[in-house]
Amino acid sequence: MRQELRKFVIDNFLYGKNGDSFADDESFLEKGIIDSTGVLELVAFLQSRYGMTIQDQDLVPENLDSIDNLVRFAEMRIFEKQVQ
Amino acid sequence: MQVESFLELSAQKTPDKTALICNERRVSYRDADDAANKLAHSLKEAGIERGDRVAVYLDNSIEAVLAVFAVLKAGAVFLVVNPSTKADKLKYILNNCRAKGLITDRVKLSRIQEQLAGTGDLTTLWIANGTPETTAVPGKRILSLNAALNDPTVPDGPPAKKCIDIDLAALIYTSGSTGRPKGVMLTHLNVVSAASSITTYLENTPDDIILSVLPMAFDYGLYQILMAFKVGATVVLERSFTYPYKIIEALIREKVTGFPIVPTISAVLLQLDLSRVSFPALRYITNTAAALPTEHIRRLRDLFPAVKLYSMYGLTECKRVSYLPPEQLDARPTSVGRGMPNEEVYVVDDKGCKVGPQVVGELVVRGSNVMKGYWELPEETAKMLKPGPLPNEMVLYTGDLFRMDEEGYLYFVGRKDDIIKTRGEKVSPREVEDVLHAIPGVAEAAVIGVPDEVLGEAIRAVVTLCDGAQLTEMDVLQYCAANLEDFSTPKSVVFVSSLPKTSTGKVSRREVSAFAGGTA
Repeated sequence: MRQELRKFVIDNFLYGKNGDSFADDESFLEKGIIDSTGVLELVAFLQSRYGMTIQDQDLVPENLDSIDNLVRFAEMRIFEKQVQ
Repeated sequence: MQVESFLELSAQKTPDKTALICNERRVSYRDADDAANKLAHSLKEAGIERGDRVAVYLDNSIEAVLAVFAVLKAGAVFLVVNPSTKADKLKYILNNCRAKGLITDRVKLSRIQEQLAGTGDLTTLWIANGTPETTAVPGKRILSLNAALNDPTVPDGPPAKKCIDIDLAALIYTSGSTGRPKGVMLTHLNVVSAASSITTYLENTPDDIILSVLPMAFDYGLYQILMAFKVGATVVLERSFTYPYKIIEALIREKVTGFPIVPTISAVLLQLDLSRVSFPALRYITNTAAALPTEHIRRLRDLFPAVKLYSMYGLTECKRVSYLPPEQLDARPTSVGRGMPNEEVYVVDDKGCKVGPQVVGELVVRGSNVMKGYWELPEETAKMLKPGPLPNEMVLYTGDLFRMDEEGYLYFVGRKDDIIKTRGEKVSPREVEDVLHAIPGVAEAAVIGVPDEVLGEAIRAVVTLCDGAQLTEMDVLQYCAANLEDFSTPKSVVFVSSLPKTSTGKVSRREVSAFAGGTA
């Protein structure tokens, strides 16, 4: 999942440029990788790829602003769905 | 009156009031004024004199606001550079205005360090989150911004004032049709006039709490702070609208009364489900940069029924031209309104003669908010500033085509040039084409705007390749992203085998636009 998310970010926001330029814990905002329309694309990907249910309240940096945050957020949501 | 008085007078009147809220930090007017005074002394001590230019290259932050006021207090001229500006363009701007000082942060410095070697006039840098021990640039003096803002050893109060209100206060760089950015020269009088007119029609009071996500390099973002400080209100400053719910939470938590947006923000807002939240404190929303689609206006009013929605129009060269009084929105949904207080607007034909109602012509603006010209570009200036009705008076020819109805309300018809408006920013097709031409393998390129629901216009590159060249859309976009601001980077690339030309052999953007889905 981590690799897949990284590939999505690189392909869609860095135009396929080698992603060594940002670490898993680095802020997309800080690095200028993403903007508000990008966030909506990212959310659409999480929904279609992992079947995640994402509410508007989830659109905060704690969930989406780095590879680490994304992985944590996605894993939590998938876990919640499985135990329901 | 000078612009720094906005802060100084509010600090005298309401010293303990919160001036700025940024992330978890809150700063009172007194503390903001004290810190800006200290930095102003540091600027003076570093040799910054009346009229010198100092660049502020920071994200929206308390430091960026304090830096702007400190530069003014030192009698100098500030310019705010968009934090997504790449190193070579920053270098061009610094050299173009011969900036003596640069205020930035450590992360940005690391990105631009190499280019700074070629900035001969730049003597001193103030670095946020950095110290002289951790950062060095050959030939430049490096000071800690945080230390300068907090230096206990400097005298209280601002440095002695020497400026008058017809001195320059700011340069705002804007895209030019030549592809090089132009510095719009604004005097203290220009800024004070525009801020007075706008706060008058928005009916701003000290009770206002204004949330701004707009970059301070964009005059619309900069003025949110200047105007709030002028009336002694509070600004909630956010870095961007990237995480919309963070902004929604801030609107509610801080009981925000004023929310300035651009159409892209509206498009994102309207994609959210806001049925379970409410904004009882919100008094007004303003929109500018590009017109809101009528459908957005309708849905925003459903979403915010008690909120006054102001449609506005302007250009950096005079800050703002017009606003539509909210009560006119139903009667004239497609109008950008009428001239603001203390300003005259009219429509002229090709000879510069005023035309009657409903006739399309170029919009002219007359008022003390009109710029002094473009920095060291007399020819470009002469195209925009032309003699007005009084001796030696100059009025602004906007380059925008409008018609006016019988009651003086303005309707935008089109632009006289090819500038693309995307995400609320103006982008010069030429600047993007210059970058495309520099890609090995690209033979010819034309850049056009295509309609986009979220961006207003999206940038499309139409290119032909040299024989044997193999470039993908990704390759082209990647190169653009590395050399242009994020908003100037094309959204799509179309490869063609040839481009239509004009009779003089130049690529015809108009023809390209007509065949490749363009708006123009």
